[in-house]
Amino acid sequence: MSGVSPTVPSLSGVAKRGGQSPASLDSPVKIAVDRLNFYYGEKRALDGISIQIRSNLVTAFIGPSGCGKSTFLRTLNRMNDIIPGTRVEGTVEIDNQPVYDSSLDVVALRRRVGMVFQKSNPFPKSIFENVAYGLRINGLTTSKVEMADRVEESLRQAAIWEEVKDRLHDSALALSGGQQQRLCIARALAIRPEILLMDEPASALDPIATQRIEELIYDLRKTYTIVIVTHNMQQAARVSDFTAFFWLGRLVEFDRTDKMFTAPAEKLTEDYVTGRCG
Amino acid sequence: MSTRTLEWIIERLLFLCAALSVLTTAGIIAVLAFETYEFLHEVPVLEFLTGTEWTPLFANQRFGVLPLVVGTMLVSSIAMVVALPMGLLAAIYLSEYAPSGFRRIIKPVLEILAGVPTVVYGYFALTFVTPLLQQFLPSLSGFNALSPGLVMGLMILPLVSSLSEDAMRAVPRGLREGSYALGATRMQTALKVVVPAAFSGITAAFILAVSRAIGETMIVAIAAGQQPRLTANPFVPIETMTAYIVQVSLGDTPQGTIEYRTIFAVGMLLFLMTFGLNLVSTWLRQRFREEYA
Amino acid sequence: MSKQMDLLFQLASLLTLVVALAALGALVFDILSDGASRLSWAFLNNIASRNADQAGVYHALMGTIWVITLTGALALPIGVAAAIYLEEYGTRSRAAHFIELNIANLAAVPSIIYGLLGLGLFVRLMGMGQSVMAGAATLALLALPVVILSTREALRTVPSSIREGSYALGATKWQTIWNQVLPMALPGVLTGLILALSRAIGETAPLITIGALTYIPFAPDSVWSKFTVLPIQIFNWVSRPQVEFKTNAAAAILVLLVLLLSMNAIAIFVRDRYQRQGRV
Repeated sequence: MSGVSPTVPSLSGVAKRGGQSPASLDSPVKIAVDRLNFYYGEKRALDGISIQIRSNLVTAFIGPSGCGKSTFLRTLNRMNDIIPGTRVEGTVEIDNQPVYDSSLDVVALRRRVGMVFQKSNPFPKSIFENVAYGLRINGLTTSKVEMADRVEESLRQAAIWEEVKDRLHDSALALSGGQQQRLCIARALAIRPEILLMDEPASALDPIATQRIEELIYDLRKTYTIVIVTHNMQQAARVSDFTAFFWLGRLVEFDRTDKMFTAPAEKLTEDYVTGRCG
Repeated sequence: MSTRTLEWIIERLLFLCAALSVLTTAGIIAVLAFETYEFLHEVPVLEFLTGTEWTPLFANQRFGVLPLVVGTMLVSSIAMVVALPMGLLAAIYLSEYAPSGFRRIIKPVLEILAGVPTVVYGYFALTFVTPLLQQFLPSLSGFNALSPGLVMGLMILPLVSSLSEDAMRAVPRGLREGSYALGATRMQTALKVVVPAAFSGITAAFILAVSRAIGETMIVAIAAGQQPRLTANPFVPIETMTAYIVQVSLGDTPQGTIEYRTIFAVGMLLFLMTFGLNLVSTWLRQRFREEYA
Repeated sequence: MSKQMDLLFQLASLLTLVVALAALGALVFDILSDGASRLSWAFLNNIASRNADQAGVYHALMGTIWVITLTGALALPIGVAAAIYLEEYGTRSRAAHFIELNIANLAAVPSIIYGLLGLGLFVRLMGMGQSVMAGAATLALLALPVVILSTREALRTVPSSIREGSYALGATKWQTIWNQVLPMALPGVLTGLILALSRAIGETAPLITIGALTYIPFAPDSVWSKFTVLPIQIFNWVSRPQVEFKTNAAAAILVLLVLLLSMNAIAIFVRDRYQRQGRV
């Protein structure tokens, strides 16, 4: 195990996945992580993670629960900062800017790196206010009209506009689980981030709602760099261009999704994706 | 102004509000200490603490605080004789016997008992309990220590029962089950396992109850009388430390006089007694929490 | 044998509860039978008088309303700010731990000691005199520990997912607290405030100590007015030897208890609505 070092996959001669890949798979590196360790108190949760995530593609993190994939996702927008007693070693760079630099403005970082959570967490306010919140606090709009436009645009992008356009001022809590999650995606998109982190966004949803989210992810990568954590391997295979496999806080293998699921380099990966362990 | 500066300022402001509580304690100590210091310039501390006559409002002034302290102790002891055993039994019943539906009804009612203003209890002691007691105890005078003591016990009972119950419910189920497995009855389990295991928590509740009784004012100001008297007889009028402070505050005693300063000196003594008890209680409760955290 | 003992013990324990409740019943009955017949609109609208049957509680009632309103206005912002600091910012710091310990001890300091603090600090040193402001400031200090405690509990019920959702949108800590956490905690905060005020409304000793007068021929018209309050009026009447004044005291107690019960009813109503909302 300890000898395993994740490799940046060779990108020459990539076959287009399903013939529908919108972007070339050798787009520039957006997020570069180097030898990242993460600690909850004394306990080491992530061990020497190095990975390069490319822009305008979907990268999936898979692995058994407790393997560190969600923790790793949360280090990318410094969401773990709000948990007391956590500590980070190593570097994370977004567009060559160090994320864990003391001079970095965390608030500005999170504006660039949006996040959608496992369990939908709409604010107990109206649908409109949920989407408008990020715009308001960041002072991103100057007029009511612009605000309404941005809210509509975000709801459309998240493919929920048609369902809610007549009840924008109803409570968001009255929406179904799948709608709530798409609202949360709209909320994240409203501030126009460059990167969208999704932490098992469909794990609490039924198959139909899940399918809608997956279609959405597919559309969104034209505009955003997407990183998605999932425990569902079929989902990873369906939506992602690259897949990273985590095991006990380590990154075991990182490669093109088609390769990961058909010809993984590591025995452990093969055992996991074929359901023999985990 | 940058966001960071603003956030920093807000955090400082919030901290100041939190720190106000420390300033309150400091303020209490400063105000009491200043006037007490002035008081002790005129009255030697030994005379104050050991003198057996308290007549600052008479021509022949004496400043021995013992009658007030003993009066306070007398009423508090009577209150504790009511509140501690009854509070503990009520707690045992609520924690070990009562069906949960019954608990849900009875606890808010007990809270009402704790929420009745003390001036109302004073009225009750003076106009109901004292006349009632006089029917059995003809020697009981209209103002006395017994009646306010009993009523004060009633008032403090919910505090004892609710804190003791919390402590007992925190005792792990395993301890109880171990006892039942050995064939113990519920009473044996409650008295020999649960109460000893919750001992520091229950003691903390008892100490807090004593502290509450010592500081209670209106019941005694209304029903115990205003006669500082060094006695253990619960049938005659007495005066407590708190009632004395009320008595002086009702008159117009000019600032800067020795009569005015006496209330701060008595207040200081009262503060030291209750604060000491509270500290012990907090310490015990923390120890209890660590045991079963 | 041991089974009978157990039963006996259970009955004895139950009996203590019965005795306590019977005493509460006696108290309510005593006051109702003494005072109910004295209650009338005139009693609420009349001012204090030398003649027991013409006296009313108007000035005392107005004084109570002034003092309690101002107490709430002072205790709410300070208490909520302190609670936010302790719950959201100061966790784990030694200063916060010390403050917590201090608040726990303050909560058990006798109210009459607060009166002495108010007398020395607000009335004399700050020159507020025996005003509504001095009384409210004193009672606010007394109410603060309760407000802080209940606000902290309310803040703790706000799920962390809401905080994370806000942070993830680029909100600062304060924006998150102000826009998301506090509105969700508000019903709990208000419930705690009302309960704290319903305790303060019955406080007598600290207000007597700061020198609030027992007879005031006018209702307050500003926070710098002199004042009296219902509990002091009750104390004043109960201290008189004549039975008629004791009847007035009982009637005034009824007025005070109705005020208290309505405040508690509001608190229960707010908490109830809050709980139902939480389950949606």
